[in-house]
Amino acid sequence: MAKSATNTSAISTKTIKPQRMRETVNFKPWADYQKEIASDNYFYVRSCIRQNFFPGSEQTFLKIIREELGKNIFDDPAHTTCTGIGYHSDIVPFETLQTVVARHFALMTEKGFKNLAVSCVTSFGIYSEVVETWKEFPEEEKKIRAFLKKSTGREFEIPENIAHASDIIYKFREEIAEKSKFRLVNKKTGQPLRIVEHVGCHYAKIFPERGVGGAEFPRVLSGMAEAWGGKMVDYPERRHCCGFGFRQYLVQANRGYSVSNSRKKFESMQPYSPDVIICNCPGCAMFLDKWQYVISSLEGKTYGANGNGIPVLTYEELAGLVLGYNPWDLGLQMHQTGCEPLLDKMQVPYLPELKYCTKEGTPIGKPLNILKMAIS
Amino acid sequence: MNKQPKIVTIGGGVAGLETSAALAGLGYDVTLFEKEGETGGKLNSWSHLFPNMADAPELAEKLREKCSKPGLAVETNTEIGSIRKQNGHFLLEAGNKKEYRADAIVIATGFNFFNARRKEEYGYGIYDNVLTSVDLEQIFRSGEKITTAEGKTPKRIAFIHCVGSRDEKSGNHYCSKVCCITGVKQAISLKEALPDAEIYCFYMDLRLVGLEHEALYREAQEKYGIQFIRGRLSEASENMDKTLLVKAEDTLSGRPLKMNVDLLVLLVGMEPGPGSEKAPELFNLLKEKNGFLSTASPHTGRNFSSAEGIFLAGTCCGPMSVAESAEHARSAALEIHTYLQSKMQAIQPDSERIETENVWFKL
Repeated sequence: MAKSATNTSAISTKTIKPQRMRETVNFKPWADYQKEIASDNYFYVRSCIRQNFFPGSEQTFLKIIREELGKNIFDDPAHTTCTGIGYHSDIVPFETLQTVVARHFALMTEKGFKNLAVSCVTSFGIYSEVVETWKEFPEEEKKIRAFLKKSTGREFEIPENIAHASDIIYKFREEIAEKSKFRLVNKKTGQPLRIVEHVGCHYAKIFPERGVGGAEFPRVLSGMAEAWGGKMVDYPERRHCCGFGFRQYLVQANRGYSVSNSRKKFESMQPYSPDVIICNCPGCAMFLDKWQYVISSLEGKTYGANGNGIPVLTYEELAGLVLGYNPWDLGLQMHQTGCEPLLDKMQVPYLPELKYCTKEGTPIGKPLNILKMAIS
Repeated sequence: MNKQPKIVTIGGGVAGLETSAALAGLGYDVTLFEKEGETGGKLNSWSHLFPNMADAPELAEKLREKCSKPGLAVETNTEIGSIRKQNGHFLLEAGNKKEYRADAIVIATGFNFFNARRKEEYGYGIYDNVLTSVDLEQIFRSGEKITTAEGKTPKRIAFIHCVGSRDEKSGNHYCSKVCCITGVKQAISLKEALPDAEIYCFYMDLRLVGLEHEALYREAQEKYGIQFIRGRLSEASENMDKTLLVKAEDTLSGRPLKMNVDLLVLLVGMEPGPGSEKAPELFNLLKEKNGFLSTASPHTGRNFSSAEGIFLAGTCCGPMSVAESAEHARSAALEIHTYLQSKMQAIQPDSERIETENVWFKL
């Protein structure tokens, strides 16, 4: 650039903010990603692992849908795993997975439902992937229909609407807010609670248009949190995987990858002093909760205030707290990172002595080595 | 066609001005419509042009001067509302409610910059310290000091190439051609303005096809110390201090990379302009899957639309530099001239007719 000499003479020393500042006003990056969510009559398909790790969540979802919102939802005992974990671990072939999904659609059809409500994010991704596959490759659908007929004698309709259960809670977030007994507010300071969300990768990263808010700035959880009084924190590693990654965890030798991914997220969110992490994916909620214990054991480091961890709640648990349900009925005693700091900030009443008891008050035994507040 | 042929040009950017000036120079009666209040198009808000750092608004002024000649009328703040064909002429109704006759029409409606908000993972419109190459050019133009949104002098700046170009997600599979060299040019300008700043360019390929472009790229590295990293960005996130965390894979070293930068500049590509959207409907023209207007042939018919008498000039039919746009415009003028001459001869008595090639029907 001979005369290159970029002509910089025009660049003065006057300091004013660049014009781009105008661009940031009122831009909602999630607003282009809206999806249709059925308003009633759901066929519920459960998660494989949530009933172990967060046993109150699915029950709470059903209670909210039926008792708080007055909707019809069917929970079919004949329903099985979607085989998603096996599929993503290269154990279950795609044809098998599709046939299992087809069977679930057949159960739904037989019970007279058209709207699928999916508890698990992995399953939600699976159902979406299968339906999209059939759109692109109709010969696959034909083949799977034949497989299902041959193996079970069943036939099916493709659901008219597939929603993740968090979509449904998002849809009715204002109704829940109207019935709320507690807000996501620090009662002592009057300030909104600082909430970080972690949306499961398979919720919208595979099909952004199938998730509320898309993949980059998902709205499904942040919309709930804000409707219930909280303040969302957009932390740098918001979109980073929790570390489950299927084989990262399932292969024991790879678990270091899993915990290091979660650690990356904790390090990123800690400076914002979050009061709670909310999740919509079974694996994410499990790992963000349990890896805090592991990191505490390995490194002696905790990410909450006063040596506590950051409580990790499912969206149903959070909705349950907002609606005034007993924390122990929600299953919060099953968390490895104690939830009491959150309960205290919201001033949700609870009886510590009943934390590890059955509904009838019989002690069920206390876990030995868990994060500080969990055993208080 | 026994009257002086009339030509209507739609669009008053580089291509529209250049075609109109050339046609008026050939003695045609030309009316140029520009929807904005001033002709010059995107040159008006640009600062300097590669490769020689020519002043963009000065060039616009020169083009306007070329158009100040008898037989050339410029109608600003005017859009075309409707069009019909009558007795071999086009009749156009403009926004000013007047009707204009035309024997040939030039579509020179230009392009749009890619809306960087569509790549939401890069944070434009979300994070204050993410800007586009267009914003940066406007800051250069305004003479403002280059600062972060908080008024600090940036110490590290990253440019991201191919934003909205060669990108499956945004639906633009084509290369916008001009952004690589624009990035090199802007990186040099920034380094001259902020000698202490570290400047990085994240690219997937550098397509520097102009004669002087490769030399400018070399100069950027050798003289200015600008770092070029081969790797597309996966995302940008805002840190607590409003700096930006960018993540990419350095595909030369084969390793993931994370970096904090004070400013992030997105080199936005070119997309079909509103004219390319409106013209097919208004003039019954074909357009390509990429949204740009179809030309009759990619080799020798690049000024011909899919309708007789309607010609194309400039970026309404694909990404071009200013120089290419001006050349395309001049070739449009020549094709129109040939077309009108051929048409005029066709209505002469046989004894006076000169055999000329009808270019349109041979394409």
